[in-house]
Amino acid sequence: MVLIAVAASTAAAFWELVVVLQEGTQAYRLGSWAPSIGIEYVVDRLSAFVAVIVTSVSVLVIIATRRIAEREAGDRLGAFYSLVLLLLAGLTGMVVTGDLFNLFVFLEISSLAAYALVFQGGRSAMLAGYRYLILGSIGGSFYLLGVGFLYFTTGTLNMADTAAALALDASARSVQAGAIFIFAGLGLKMALVPLHLWLPDAYTHAPSSVNSLIAPVMTKVGAYAMMRMFISVFPDGYLTNVVPIADALLWLGLIAIVFGAIIAVAQRDIRRMLAYSSIGQLGLIAVGIGLATPLSFVAAQLHLMNHAVMKATLFLSAASVRLSTGLNDVSDLTGMGRRMPGTMAAFTLGAIAMVGIPPTAGFFSKWYLVQAGVESGHWVVVAVVLASSLLSAVYLFRVLEHIYLRPAQPDAVHAPVVIPQGGSNDQPAGAGESPADVIAPALLLGAATIVLGILNSWIVINVLGRAGL
Amino acid sequence: MSETFSSAGPVIVVAIPAAGATLVALSGRWPNVRDTWSTIAALAMLAAVVAMLPGVLDGRIPQATLLELAPGIDVTLRADAAGMIFALLASGLWVVAGVYAVGYMRGGNEHKQTRFFAAFALSLAAAGGVALAGNLLTFVLFYELLSLFTYPLVTHRQTEEAIVAGRKYLAYTLSGGVLLIGGTAWIAILGIDASFTAGGFLRNASLSTGTAWALFALLVAGVGVKSAVMPLHSWLPSAMVAPTPVSALLHAVAVVKAGVFGMIRMLAFVFGADMLNDMGAWQVIAAFSAVTLVAGSLLAIRHDNLKRRLAYSTISHLSYIVLGVAIVGPIALTGALLHLVGHGVTKITLFFVAGAIHTRTHRENVSELDGIGRQMPITMGAFTLASLSMAGIPPFVLFTSKFYLSWGAAEVEKQLFLVLYLVSGVLSAAYLFPIVVRAFWRTSDAFTRFGEADMRMVAPLVITGVLALAWGLVPDVPFSFFDLATDVSSAAFPDSASVAGAR
Amino acid sequence: MIDDVAARFPFWMSGLLIAIGLYGMIGKRSLLKKLVGMNIFQSAIILFFIAGSIREDATVPILLEAGHGVAAANPADFVNPLPHVLMLTAIVVSVAITGVALAFLVRIHHEFGTTDEASLLEQVRR
Repeated sequence: MVLIAVAASTAAAFWELVVVLQEGTQAYRLGSWAPSIGIEYVVDRLSAFVAVIVTSVSVLVIIATRRIAEREAGDRLGAFYSLVLLLLAGLTGMVVTGDLFNLFVFLEISSLAAYALVFQGGRSAMLAGYRYLILGSIGGSFYLLGVGFLYFTTGTLNMADTAAALALDASARSVQAGAIFIFAGLGLKMALVPLHLWLPDAYTHAPSSVNSLIAPVMTKVGAYAMMRMFISVFPDGYLTNVVPIADALLWLGLIAIVFGAIIAVAQRDIRRMLAYSSIGQLGLIAVGIGLATPLSFVAAQLHLMNHAVMKATLFLSAASVRLSTGLNDVSDLTGMGRRMPGTMAAFTLGAIAMVGIPPTAGFFSKWYLVQAGVESGHWVVVAVVLASSLLSAVYLFRVLEHIYLRPAQPDAVHAPVVIPQGGSNDQPAGAGESPADVIAPALLLGAATIVLGILNSWIVINVLGRAGL
Repeated sequence: MSETFSSAGPVIVVAIPAAGATLVALSGRWPNVRDTWSTIAALAMLAAVVAMLPGVLDGRIPQATLLELAPGIDVTLRADAAGMIFALLASGLWVVAGVYAVGYMRGGNEHKQTRFFAAFALSLAAAGGVALAGNLLTFVLFYELLSLFTYPLVTHRQTEEAIVAGRKYLAYTLSGGVLLIGGTAWIAILGIDASFTAGGFLRNASLSTGTAWALFALLVAGVGVKSAVMPLHSWLPSAMVAPTPVSALLHAVAVVKAGVFGMIRMLAFVFGADMLNDMGAWQVIAAFSAVTLVAGSLLAIRHDNLKRRLAYSTISHLSYIVLGVAIVGPIALTGALLHLVGHGVTKITLFFVAGAIHTRTHRENVSELDGIGRQMPITMGAFTLASLSMAGIPPFVLFTSKFYLSWGAAEVEKQLFLVLYLVSGVLSAAYLFPIVVRAFWRTSDAFTRFGEADMRMVAPLVITGVLALAWGLVPDVPFSFFDLATDVSSAAFPDSASVAGAR
Repeated sequence: MIDDVAARFPFWMSGLLIAIGLYGMIGKRSLLKKLVGMNIFQSAIILFFIAGSIREDATVPILLEAGHGVAAANPADFVNPLPHVLMLTAIVVSVAITGVALAFLVRIHHEFGTTDEASLLEQVRR
């Protein structure tokens, strides 16, 4: 049932993308109220693109984690999936709305569902979930405060109308305040350094079925919202010249790239390593937004897609390992190449893409970002983006060494963490590969990293709308 | 002059080893089938390359355009004369190296042979892609894949030492790779068409001096890592921990030749003679490669471990090639290309011998090799041929190439390097001839139990040793290396009259 | 100066409450007090919006005469109703979050026996 709902949503997203590409931006008025009074949904290329990404990755993750969810949620499976659907509704709602306050509502819906989902992860998840709740609420409230400032200045909540009003006159101090609070709120939601503190614990301790879902998509939608502010709300140049939000994004992003990668190297738990890796990768997206040129936005959007796919692959691989053996540490992966070849193949594909070997998708994210850096004369960007490939290689290839090059330790398997349901799902110690419905989506996502890389030019030109250079 | 026509040939050259790798991976359970696939793939790749040869010599260049990989840039494979030289060398030596590898791996009962041969084939596919790449992005694509596919080969033994060597290998090659990526992306955003053009495609791009130097640093350092130019060389001796067929592959065929080939592409096809002279950039490379040439040889003399000695010898000889291109002259370029081929076939012989000795006797150090010539005369005979070639004794192939390199230096009035080349032969002799002397003129009882190694290892090294001599006498048989080299030089230096000198 | 403060009194209060709320969320060790801080913080934002809807000499936005054709009613006589509506939504969101947070607290207390952050951290790290 859940699958039907999510699959239908995915199909709708793809359909919408096709429509938008052919006919231009679509708009829908809730209750047929005119925009200033009613809430308007606006789907342009960017919205459709992000919606497709969020829904398709979610579908695959939900398929893959079905067994895991059954084990982890037990008899609360119904409530669990309700929360998952709520989460997705919130995320897709954020993507398609054209109203600032509506964005807040969907933001809080998805966040609330996420808090509850993260909390399911057992003892250590409780404190992580609670902290996530507190910090996340701060973010949402800051965003709301920022919207308030904007509303009182422009008199409208509709994004397009706000843009028109600000284009006429954006000199008021309250607009600056609004911009800053919105930036703070969305920055926290997209885990921009130093507002990232909720992320490592939440991703590490959440149940496998949850972090595989949240990690690829939640922060991306936050980044999307930030992009939306740049593109559709504030006038061109306002966020660069008047209030230096763009510069803040740029520099915090650069710091995040380096910080995330370095801390990731020091981690023993795979999930925590991937969490810090995500912080670093989000830095890349932030840099793309912060450079604030058409090319850099394309780079940020492309990396939004690429990273969602790559991280989903990696988290699903980790989830598969946890399902089969109950293990979490990098050192526990020693010799897994023999025992879980499919899962490890997926992990390898994800890792190679993260490092950025052509023709995987990760390579092209860096390609466009480097070009954006050259174009704006920010040589630091070029250097840091190129260095991030090497830094990612350090912590990812170390894992690959364990998987393929070091001999397996026969005593390394613990019993699975969650109680087996009995029957064929019982995995004795020394377990082998996970079932096909767990590995197949992971491998599919891994293959997608290569396919999306090869198709990147088509995507950039036709979907994101950037013609030639 | 030369015209380009559309053909699937270049794609087939790269596709064959890739398909071969798949077949190898699938037939892991039947070792004989698997190794047959490996050999067939090598022969087929060679055949595909040779098939394009007559056309290229005639001036008809096959080109295949695949998908658009970045906006405005296609993946293009083009078999021009320079690419043909590298492709012929790579595919030809793969045939012998493949047979040798089977003998070595089975003789040593090595583990994970399927992974080994599959990675071997993929590395050759990547090398073929590097050879036939028609523009910078395609080049970078295959260059990075080459780093990736050779990693499992370097770390094959899976010992702690191998893993550490693998890390160093990756650290160096990936770092070089990101520099290349930076340069390539930069050129692309400037809107310059990055198709390799003899004479340099940046020549007409009117770059500012700062930009030109920055691009120079990025691109040259990027290929400089795999070319083992000092100080970017230290991954190479560490990588000797790999099984000998890998060292032979890395040192003669795939990785380092891809590096110097890349250097040739950057210097002659991206920047071009005019830019290098105007910027004075040739002096930078000439300086680094000259130092490497001498220092590599001196370090080779110091090392007792045979493979390490050969590693430093390679570092030195690669700089012969780099220096030849840096000198910026048509004859020197011809010499550099000939040296690429000659060193490949000569060095692989030396490594084959080292591996044969190790398999038979488990000896690794020169000091342990007294009298081995008595027991393994054929093997050490080939070693002697190769040593004579490395020292540049006529009529071996490396004499021919050094002749052109020296003449080339004189031609553009850079006599310093002429002297350097002449002196270098002495150095090469200094670290190789003592081995020959020890093998044949000293006696010891250590080797009386051993005979020659397995035929699958001895036959290849005899073939390559003889080629080192034969290609010195008739470099155009059967692959027209000399003609191809002069084609490249005349294309890169269209105004020069002195290109195709008679022998 | 006093006039400025007095005129914008609700906004200054709002700012003060934000500060108190943030202090509570970050500075207090007890998870329950953090929650209280969060509530104060959210209330502050609600206050901000409501304060922004105030107009001089305006009354509550309820039309007393029913039926159509009441176009004669002057919008300037009424306080801006939209922020009130928005804040209803925000209150609902706040209540939901608070509810979830309280559920979390109950579970945490059940599991660990304490809601003090420091000792929780200790127990979890073990």
